[in-house]
This record gives sequence, C-alpha cells and structure tokens, in this order.
Amino acid sequence: MKKYMSFFKIRFINNLQYRAAAYAGIATQFFWGFMEILVFAAFYKSNADAFPMKFQELSSYIWLQQSTIALFFMWSLDSDLLAMITSGGVAYELCRPMDLYNMWYTKNMASRTSNAMLRCVPILFIATLLPKPYGLIMPTDINLFILFIISIILAFLVVISFCMIIYAISFFTVSSMGIRLLSASMAEFFTGAVIPLPFLPEKIFKVISLLPWASMQNVPFRIYSGNLRGNEAIYTILLQVFWVLTLTAIGKLLLNRGLKKVVIQGG
Amino acid sequence: MIELRNISKTFKVHRRNAGFKEAAKALFKREYEIVQALDDISFSIKEGEMVGYIGPNGAGKSSTIKIMGGILTPDGGTCNINNRTPWNDRVNHVREIGVVFGQRSQLWWDVPVIDSYELLKDIYKIPDKIYRDNLNNLSTLLNIENIIKTPARQLSLGQRMRCEIVASVLHNPRILFLDEPTIGLDAVSKLAVRDFIKTINEEKKTTVILTTHDMQDIDALTKRIILIGRGKILLDGTLDDLKEQYKDASSLDEMVVRLYEAYKI
Repeated sequence: MKKYMSFFKIRFINNLQYRAAAYAGIATQFFWGFMEILVFAAFYKSNADAFPMKFQELSSYIWLQQSTIALFFMWSLDSDLLAMITSGGVAYELCRPMDLYNMWYTKNMASRTSNAMLRCVPILFIATLLPKPYGLIMPTDINLFILFIISIILAFLVVISFCMIIYAISFFTVSSMGIRLLSASMAEFFTGAVIPLPFLPEKIFKVISLLPWASMQNVPFRIYSGNLRGNEAIYTILLQVFWVLTLTAIGKLLLNRGLKKVVIQGG
Repeated sequence: MIELRNISKTFKVHRRNAGFKEAAKALFKREYEIVQALDDISFSIKEGEMVGYIGPNGAGKSSTIKIMGGILTPDGGTCNINNRTPWNDRVNHVREIGVVFGQRSQLWWDVPVIDSYELLKDIYKIPDKIYRDNLNNLSTLLNIENIIKTPARQLSLGQRMRCEIVASVLHNPRILFLDEPTIGLDAVSKLAVRDFIKTINEEKKTTVILTTHDMQDIDALTKRIILIGRGKILLDGTLDDLKEQYKDASSLDEMVVRLYEAYKI
C-alpha cells in the first residue's frame, strides 16, 4: 500500500508544478459556468415550469461541475501514459514489481485530484458569494450531504475505471487518437456535461441513466442540488458500485491481454 | 544464473509501398510480413559474470533483453532466471533485476531526480539504511551529488544517463541489464559509466549483461561476448580469442566489421 501512496505523492507533486495551467483553468471554468447560467436563465424566464430542475438546482449543478471538471472530464486522459504506450516507454513501467493496472489507476487518481484541488477552491468560493438563485447553495440536509460525498467518490472511480479501459485499448491500436475522440464525444453527451441528463426526453433519459456514463458526474451533482433524493438516490449509488466493479474487471482483463501480446514500440 | 533454451519470437510488421494510392489501399487490405526477431536462442550466464551482447542494429538484442526482463513473452522456448520464468512471474522476477534502457527515461520529467529515487525506494521497499548507503556510494561513484536536486528535464544527456543508472541499481539487483547505456555520452561520462559498471560487478558480484555498439565499452568491461545476427546466436566466446583471430585488424571497430562480414550480417 505504501508504494501506491508514494506514487500518488509524486504524481501529485509533479502536477503542482503547473501553476499557469491551473490559473488558466480557473478563469476558463468560471467564465464557462457564468455563460451557461446566463443562457439557462434566458430559457427559464420564458417558462420556468417547463424544466425538470429548479433554477437554483441547476445553478448548483453547474458550479459543482465547473469546479470539479478535472475530476470528471473524460477528455483529460493522462498524456504521459498514452505517450508511454505508443512510444514503448511502458518497458520501464513493466520493470517495476507492481501490478500495472493498480499503478496506473493510482497515477490517474493522483493527477486528477491534484488538478482539481488547484482549481476547485477559488471557483467554489466565488460561486457561494453569488446572489440567489445564480450561485452555489449549501445543502441543508446532512444525510443528503453524506450521500453526496459517497457518490462523488464512486463517480470518480467510475471515471478512472473507464479511462483505464481506454488506455488498455491503446495497446491494441497504433494511435490512441480514434478511441479517445470516440470516448470523449460520447461521454460529453451521456455524462450530462453538455446539458444535465434530466433535461432529456423521459424515455431516453431512462435508458441513458443505466449506462456507465450516467454513473459519473450526473449522480453527485444531482444529489447535491437536491434533484435526486430518497430511495432513488440510494438505488443510483448502488448502480455506481456496479459500474465501478464491472469497468474495473473489464479494464484489468483487457490490460492483461494487451500485455501478453505487447509489442514494445521503437526498438 | 540465467539460462535461455530455444527462445524464439516473431513480430508482425506492416509493409506497404510509398505514396497516397498505396496508403489508401492499405486501408482495406493490410499486408503483413512475419519477421523472425529471435530464432532458437540459447545461452547461459553464470552468477557474477559480465557479458557483452553485440550485434548489428535490428539483430534482436533488445528483444532478448526484454524477454529476460519479463516484458516480452516469447513464442517458444524456455528461460530460467534465478529459478523463475520471467514472463510468468514478472512481479517477483523484476524485484531482483535492474534495467537501463539507454534510449528511454525512467526519471520523472518535471520533479527533482531525488523524488524519483524516493519513489523507487518505496516501490522496491528498500530499507532506509541500505537506501542511504547506496545513494551515497552511487552518487559519489557517478559524481551526481550536485545534480540530484535538479528536475530531470534540465539535465544534460550525460548527467541524466548517470542518474538513470543509479536509479536502476538502488535496490541492489542481482542482475543488471544495460541496453546501450553509453549511447550519446561524452568521453567523461562514458568513462564514469564504465568505471561504475566494473565496480558494481566486482564489489557486489552483480551479473551484468551489456548491449552496446561501442567496442571500447566491450573491451574495457567484458571478457565474454555473445554475437547475435538476424535473430540467431552466431558466436559465443571471449574477446581475446577474437582479437587473436583478427590480429591484422587495425582497430576493434574494423574487427567487428570483418566479423559481421564473415557472418554475412
């Protein structure tokens, strides 16, 4: 366990070096969140009852999404790992007395959390200062908050397990570009990154809710904003657990397959 | 103790002619060629021995190293290193070996070298005292005391390579694989690396397998050489015998050229 902690540590330190990227990220995310809320505000003005989420719920949803973007966004794959696979640098990783899947899982967890920690505090802080109903509100119910914490951790694990499958597939293809584009664009829609999933037509929403993407950011943000509660919240969390286990199993299987027939590129 | 018996490995290589038309055609029909990278390789190396593994580019040197390192799985044959089959028991096997790939880097690019070492200490579970002793000795030996607090990206190739080598032996490996460790190094760094390899072999009885294109490396370090060409072992003998055989060659490099010619590789 200690070696995984150290791995986490070094990846974390490594990422803390990129300050400029963090400042730029904060500015972008803040601006983006603001624009999104303005657009939705215009829609809500015409008929607020036509939407499945209250405007305040939506604002909380958007601010949480923008502040934790580094945790959940599917286009941010670890470029070091992908480069390692395509250039053959993975040779050194295989010389370590560690399980490759667990090692890379830890690396991904570390880089995402370090990026998120640099970015989330300023955005959350400003968002709580904004006037109602445009800002982020604190949850009133402690039980709901506990559910939120559980589901945000599970969502994070679902995201990483999913990314691990993409890394594993990269072993089989010459360039990882195709699979990354495919996964990023599907994820963008199915995770609720473009519009929150409850905004979709009810039948489509029901189907999409069962997919792994819906077990990512969708769950914690809706629990926090109060859109998802009670038994329904518990059921959704169980679905998250199912996806973490399934995706991890698939990822491990694929990676071990890939390693058996691995070709170390570039001599 | 390292023992390879009848190891073979093939790779599928994509082939097509130049040009847009050919590239478009390849979208529908790929042509493969099976390349025999290793063909019936057998040799054994005793504990504490130092062996030069030489051959032209593409002969199969790196593939052999990767098989012995547990990274590649061969198509056939057996390999026994310290009573283990590397690719079946990779995690336990790699605990006892150290590898340097001269063309790749194992140091974390954006953090000081010492952070990478601390990580290796935890990965290999190196006890504090051994780690500190090794780090002190090795950094004096390779003269890197002043640079280990610098991020790897700001080191010169020679400095970085010396740091890479230290990284590979911090955990006291019983076997050290060096795949072109002196590639691109200046004279000073080269000598430092050679001295270091010699010292570690003599003092710690580490088995060393070295691939290189620099015959001075071989001359300075190893008695025994194994020559590989087109995936086959062509010669397994001592450098002194070869020198005797090619007495009239004016330099080691000329000797190697004539050796390659003799085997048509």
